[in-house]
Amino acid sequence: MGKNTKKNTTTYEDVNDNTWFWLIQKGTTTTTFTTITLFALLIRFMVSLYPYSGSGNPPKFGDFEAQRHWMEITINVPIREWYRNGTDNDLSYWGLDYPPLTAYQSFLHGIFLRFFCPHCVSLFDSRGHESYLGKQLMRWTVISSDVLIFFPAVLYFLIVHYKQPSPSRKSDLAWHTTMLLLNPCLILIDHGHFQFNCISLGFTVAAVAAILSGKDLVGSVLYCLALNHKQMSAYFAPAFFSHLLGKCLRRQHPLLEVSKLGLVVLGTFVAVWWPYLYSTNSALEVLSRLAPFERGIFEDYVANFWCATSILIKWKRLFATGPLKLLSFSATIISCFPSMVQQIKSPSNQGFLYGLLNSSLSFYLFSFQVHEKSILLPLLPATLLAMEEPFIFRWFMQFAMLSMFPLMVRDGLIIPYFALFALFFLVLNAPGQQKVRDNNFLSNYLGSTSMHLILCCSLILHIVYLTMQPPKKYPFLFEAMIMNLCFSQFVIVTLGYNIKQWMLNKPEKLEEIEKKLI
Amino acid sequence: MGKKKLSFNDLQNSSTPKKTLGWFFLVVTCIKVLLFPSYRSTDFEVHRNWLAITHSLPLSQWYFDETSPWTLDYPPFFAYFERFLSILAYQVDPQIVHLQEGLNYSSNKVVFFQRATIILSDLSLLYGVYRLTQKLDLRMQKLIWSLVIWSPMLLIVDHVHFQYNGFLIGILLISLSYLEEGRDLLGGFVFAVLLCFKHLFAVAAPVYFIYLLRHYCWGGIVRGFSRLLIMGGLVATVFAFAFGPFFHLGQIQQVIQRLFPFGRGLCHAYWAPNFWVFYIMSDKGLAFILRKLGFNIQIPAASFTAGLVGDASPFAVLPRITPSMTFIMVLLALSPCLFKAWKNPRPQMITRWIAYAYTCGFLFGWHVHEKASLHFVIPLAFVAAQTREDAKHYFLLSIVSCYSLFPLLFEAQEYPIKVLLLLLHFILMRSGFSAQFYNRDETRATSGHTKKTVDQFESEGSLSVDVKNNGFVIGLIERIYLAGLVVVEIWGQFLHPLLFGDKLAFMPLMLISVYCALGIMYSWIWQLRSIVKSH
Repeated sequence: MGKNTKKNTTTYEDVNDNTWFWLIQKGTTTTTFTTITLFALLIRFMVSLYPYSGSGNPPKFGDFEAQRHWMEITINVPIREWYRNGTDNDLSYWGLDYPPLTAYQSFLHGIFLRFFCPHCVSLFDSRGHESYLGKQLMRWTVISSDVLIFFPAVLYFLIVHYKQPSPSRKSDLAWHTTMLLLNPCLILIDHGHFQFNCISLGFTVAAVAAILSGKDLVGSVLYCLALNHKQMSAYFAPAFFSHLLGKCLRRQHPLLEVSKLGLVVLGTFVAVWWPYLYSTNSALEVLSRLAPFERGIFEDYVANFWCATSILIKWKRLFATGPLKLLSFSATIISCFPSMVQQIKSPSNQGFLYGLLNSSLSFYLFSFQVHEKSILLPLLPATLLAMEEPFIFRWFMQFAMLSMFPLMVRDGLIIPYFALFALFFLVLNAPGQQKVRDNNFLSNYLGSTSMHLILCCSLILHIVYLTMQPPKKYPFLFEAMIMNLCFSQFVIVTLGYNIKQWMLNKPEKLEEIEKKLI
Repeated sequence: MGKKKLSFNDLQNSSTPKKTLGWFFLVVTCIKVLLFPSYRSTDFEVHRNWLAITHSLPLSQWYFDETSPWTLDYPPFFAYFERFLSILAYQVDPQIVHLQEGLNYSSNKVVFFQRATIILSDLSLLYGVYRLTQKLDLRMQKLIWSLVIWSPMLLIVDHVHFQYNGFLIGILLISLSYLEEGRDLLGGFVFAVLLCFKHLFAVAAPVYFIYLLRHYCWGGIVRGFSRLLIMGGLVATVFAFAFGPFFHLGQIQQVIQRLFPFGRGLCHAYWAPNFWVFYIMSDKGLAFILRKLGFNIQIPAASFTAGLVGDASPFAVLPRITPSMTFIMVLLALSPCLFKAWKNPRPQMITRWIAYAYTCGFLFGWHVHEKASLHFVIPLAFVAAQTREDAKHYFLLSIVSCYSLFPLLFEAQEYPIKVLLLLLHFILMRSGFSAQFYNRDETRATSGHTKKTVDQFESEGSLSVDVKNNGFVIGLIERIYLAGLVVVEIWGQFLHPLLFGDKLAFMPLMLISVYCALGIMYSWIWQLRSIVKSH
């Protein structure tokens, strides 16, 4: 109650500033968060009305069937057999290829499904199962994971990030919450296409929040959980590693700190992998499922370096998988090296967020076997930094969406794609809102004319992709064009964020000099 | 510094209302678009069939065609409107407008097309809202926009269930805006147009008549009569445009028969939460008690919903109800309002009166649909923020009537959507009203009127006296009633199926009807009281 009144007396400084935040300016932060949460939930439920990937498309269907199949396998097959080819578990039909935490999650959800719809998850018979009830239940599993993991994690992050509540920060808080919870890419992939990114990303956000608030050990545990849900979370590993290392080095007993973290990480991994640690063989068996190197350096069209340059250099023809692996690995490490060095040199909360962004971007651009969906990973820290970098964030989001467009068309999600895109920009540009600070290098560097030109290109590509048939000789011409445009923008965004991260050092140095002078 | 900022804000605000309203509309448009694949009722096929009828048949056949059971039963303007849409529909997919092959056609094309027509026709709602709120300050405007443009009821009925209420209510709002501005002739004209779109809006016609007679025509015999003639001529012209062609063809009787199907029963399949729910319930109760006492009470053969088949009364004890009786009851309920309108026809009151008229029609009318509650809930939103009492009443009414629409969407897929829509409405309304009244008190306090009138309801809950007006708090009884809604919903959704299984399947629906009818009755009495008390 006391909290309530305190807020009331202070909020009226910025009356009428914002359009839709007017609705929440009266309430407490809790009301703000509740309103936005409910709205985000509503949007998720509405996107769930649309078809999922591979609906009505036998024999392999899509990610929806994969997730359902894992539920079927995990509740019908003993835990040690989950990753092993056998009579009950045909790995060539959507075999599990995510770490054990995904399997446990599938197990829990499988039990949930079996309770309401036993034949949705019965062994063998349920393959390709599609029904009204089945779809609802599956959609519910994703939404409940979102609510149970991603939403609280975001709340945790916001509490840590906005420690001192002040009226001017309040509308910022509302705006930032909306950006985090209404991320159109995440909603489309999880609730339209059908995946569980909200879990691993949720754990990552929670880990970030824990580390920002100084709880490094908790953060490490949470990050390990993220890593054990989707191995793609390794995109963030360099940032976590360098930031924590940098912090440890600054403490009294660096070695002790590092070993503490190491033990915690090891302990978490042992706990998660326990059922497979009875022999080296079985652990390796699981491990081999997680690294599908045989699928090539890239599969579909994706806006990364290898795919974009493959127009000129036929990587797949020139190199065998072995050298390619090495090549992509070294390219990734080299590209995220600067940001790691910066964090080891002077770890800071702000720098950590930039580090996360830069390392995940370099993984997206240069690593092996990247999916178009992986753009969600760099997008997450970009959203966490949306307040500091509103302009680059918007730019990045636009092209992240564009890079997913061909996938959305394949899934029959064109309408929610455009609706969410529009909604995102409406929320971003709510009338009467204080203009976002545009002191960014991007607009300076690109100039407004060329920026409009690029935007036009993106619009035209949308229309062309929907309406025109590609020439027979190049059936993937438009995909390639989209991906190259996105790639070029991602490179600019990456450079921008890297420069920003390095610029963080400067003011600190100045302060130090001033202190010395005093 | 502070002053500078304020003036900057003022500048910004004065230039942006249109933009802001557009923003409100675009946001909800995104939501409407996302709702495309949701459940749609048979009304969807009704409207598709009308597209086919108006496109494939000559005008003379429109009101005779019986290819589909969903015959055309709206007035001619709506038929013309469908005819206009059918031109577009033909461009999209000729099968939509095919009389036989189009039956139950449900490809994505037809669904998206028809849903899109609703979204586009909502522009009339946008215009009506714009006209009706253009004189208000931005804070009030935003509050009203969030109540009307983002109305969960309109989303549920129009964009999920499928109807064109937003379009029609938009026309009503345009008419009201003219009346409020004192441009009575235009107001009457637009209302006549509305009646030729959907005749169910005619419930408010007596109020319109009295009001226009007194406010527009009264004053001097010559001036009065000439004005009466102008108004009458204008309305007659509108009706001539609508019904003229059918009159010319000698089909007017057939059209009337289609428009007023009194063959239907007193209640709709799902009982709208109105007065007749209590009537039916007391009949059942009385019959039960009398039977226990040893009287020989026949179980009535007819049902309330099926209509006047034969001479059997659907009631066991109480006298049966005929359409003319409901008509008289509506007029009786309306009479205090008509009296007020006669005595002092004030433009500021017209919105309340019209809303009250639709409330009466809803409560006592014949074969009322639960969707008809939109006709008074939406107009009332425009007066909801005038006083604290209005706000409290509207808060309760809009929640109850939105909840009473829940049975329309009975599939699992839409369940979370309707619940979330209502919850969001609840929260937005609460914070909107709080902001409204919080600020009002603050400005009052600064301008010198430091009244220490602490409402009974408001003092409760807040412990410190400093926060005498923390905006908007509803009373204890209202709170208990709203909490009861949650209980009713939990009972109907979870406990009833758990305890009774499939038995007594009508019970939860009946419970919703009765419970919501209580709220609507309360709203009716409240409106009646406020109208009688007004000067």
